[in-house]
Amino acid sequence: MFDFLAFIPRAIAQGIPLLFGSTGETLTEKSGNLNLGIPGIMYVGGICGVIGAFLYEQSLPSPAEINTFLGILIPLLSSMLGSLCMGFIYCLLTVTMRANQNVTGLALTTFGVGFGNFFGGSLIKLSGSELPSVILSTTSNCFRLSLPFADKLGWFGKVFLSYGFLAYLAVVVALIAAHILKRTRAGLNLRAVGENPATADAAGINVSKYKYFATCIGSMIAGLGGLYYVMDYAGGIWTNDAFGDRGWLAIALVIFTVWRSDVGVLASFLFGGLYILHMYIPCGMNLAVKELYKMIPYVITIVVLVITSMRNKRENQPPESLGVAYFREER
Amino acid sequence: MNKKERTPVVHIVKRGALPWYGSWGIRGCAILAALIVCGIITSVVTGENPIQVYVAIFKGSFGTSRKFWVLLQNIAMLLCVSIAVTPAFKMRFWNIGGEGQALAGALASAACMICLRNVLPNWAVIVCMVVSSIAAGALWGFIPAFFKARWNTNETLFTLMMNYVAIQLVAYFSVVWESPKGSGNIGIINQNTMIGWLPQIGRYKYLLNVIIVALLTVGMYIYLNYSKHGYELSVVGESERTARYVGIKVEKVIIRTMLLSGAICGIAGMLLVGGTSHTLTSSIVDNRGFTAVMVAWLAKFNPIWMIFTSFLLVFLGRGAGEIATNFSLNQSFGDILTGIILFFIIGSEFFINYKISFHHSGKKED
Repeated sequence: MFDFLAFIPRAIAQGIPLLFGSTGETLTEKSGNLNLGIPGIMYVGGICGVIGAFLYEQSLPSPAEINTFLGILIPLLSSMLGSLCMGFIYCLLTVTMRANQNVTGLALTTFGVGFGNFFGGSLIKLSGSELPSVILSTTSNCFRLSLPFADKLGWFGKVFLSYGFLAYLAVVVALIAAHILKRTRAGLNLRAVGENPATADAAGINVSKYKYFATCIGSMIAGLGGLYYVMDYAGGIWTNDAFGDRGWLAIALVIFTVWRSDVGVLASFLFGGLYILHMYIPCGMNLAVKELYKMIPYVITIVVLVITSMRNKRENQPPESLGVAYFREER
Repeated sequence: MNKKERTPVVHIVKRGALPWYGSWGIRGCAILAALIVCGIITSVVTGENPIQVYVAIFKGSFGTSRKFWVLLQNIAMLLCVSIAVTPAFKMRFWNIGGEGQALAGALASAACMICLRNVLPNWAVIVCMVVSSIAAGALWGFIPAFFKARWNTNETLFTLMMNYVAIQLVAYFSVVWESPKGSGNIGIINQNTMIGWLPQIGRYKYLLNVIIVALLTVGMYIYLNYSKHGYELSVVGESERTARYVGIKVEKVIIRTMLLSGAICGIAGMLLVGGTSHTLTSSIVDNRGFTAVMVAWLAKFNPIWMIFTSFLLVFLGRGAGEIATNFSLNQSFGDILTGIILFFIIGSEFFINYKISFHHSGKKED
């Protein structure tokens, strides 16, 4: 019997980092920036949160005296600051200096993953413990606080109310982003910038400003995905490379949802489910098949990518000028 | 819209072609600046003076003859993948699937080594490895190219996803072929019989790899610059409309170029399995598919320059690894340094392509 009650909460918890990442990347791509640095940014978001929390915990005389509010606020802000810096570097290079977006993004990923793993490793040295990883369970407990009555509500509580606040934030942010993109003037302008910056420019929209804002805010949202992963999902334990390829999966999710972050809410849970499906499908002694199950999210993404390009519906296409730097004096 | 008439302080103008020494001068300055920044960061982290740090970097690559050969081998492998992705990039086909294509080639080679070891003699196994890895790499390149040519499917995202399909396939076969049982990895294939191991030239273990890659580099240079194919793909890259107008079959060029690109990646995979590590893991390509994008782009898609850019990246990577070991830092320190240097070089392209002119407040322009 497939245990849905155990499966769904884990799938959702697994999907939240992807949701943050894909919401951020959707926003970024709508401005015409294909930010392949998202995996790196999510690492930086995670590690900066860890650094913030680590310094805060070190400054306390004992872990019991942690102030819940500060314990959440400090990692949250430092995480956002870290990913903001990454987004800013990306914008500076691609928007102002018009460098190639793919190369910049990949360099950002190299840097970000290295940054995360390096400080992940060095913090352990700083704390002087013999453990192989940083453990911040006190801070993690603050992040994991869920509604007190969630346990009493049976399956309903388990499926809907058992998560830390960042999970709900992810959903809210995704819905807000979808609303802004679709229903507001700023969203319309942003989409115009992504589709055809020259036209947007002619209409008096400040192309660079929109690109900067969308990409930096997008990076900050994506960085929260890394923070959620460390603080909530992993219980405050940073292990190098534990975050894995979720960043790329988040980029895949953007395509899967055809650039709509409201669809992303359910799609990310689906991807989260697919990501851990191999643990729940009985395959006896044949461990190899599990590796094939892990392939499913990527194959599905390819299929969606192909189908959307075949059907060629206008609303399902990538932003027209995705990946192209804009220079006003160039035709 | 504007309330006041105002002239921006800086004005950015596109530059005409810069002489080669100008552009390489700017790049040199960028690298120098990057090295200084990296030196400062390293000495802050390690508390060592920067000169010491650079000595350590140098020793990491040239310290012993073994280290030197490892350096050469790493350069050759990175160069091979970079050479492979170059024709696609020149066509503005953003193939970031070098990783997956090389992995497909590696998988095919390993499959030949394992399945044919008791069936065919050594030379025949090697021939099968070459053929099958080229075919596998080419197939991995063909799939996204076909959809790009036919339905204009976004190739960047497609090739990216193909990487993970390849990684999971390799992970699957790692379990299927695991030895010893239960370990989850393959171990050294044919350790005793050495079937399918590429021959060693003299005493030098990696010399064959280096020679093959050198030949590929020269071949690619000639292909891109002196052949009709090379001309066609650069026209497609510059402007697809122009290409169609002059009667180039764009779809055909896209598919043909990606077949070539994938095939060379497949060779890289074969060299990694057959010539270097004699095993197969899902991380055997070691992100070279992504690094290759940067190598190729930094060298402006010129295969000869790529020798230098891949040298630079490998040298720094190994140097940073040496620093990390010497000062007992985390190995990822190298990635941080590489990232910083890349940012500088990427940034320097701006000064090569554009000119900044300042408006002085005193001078009014008509």
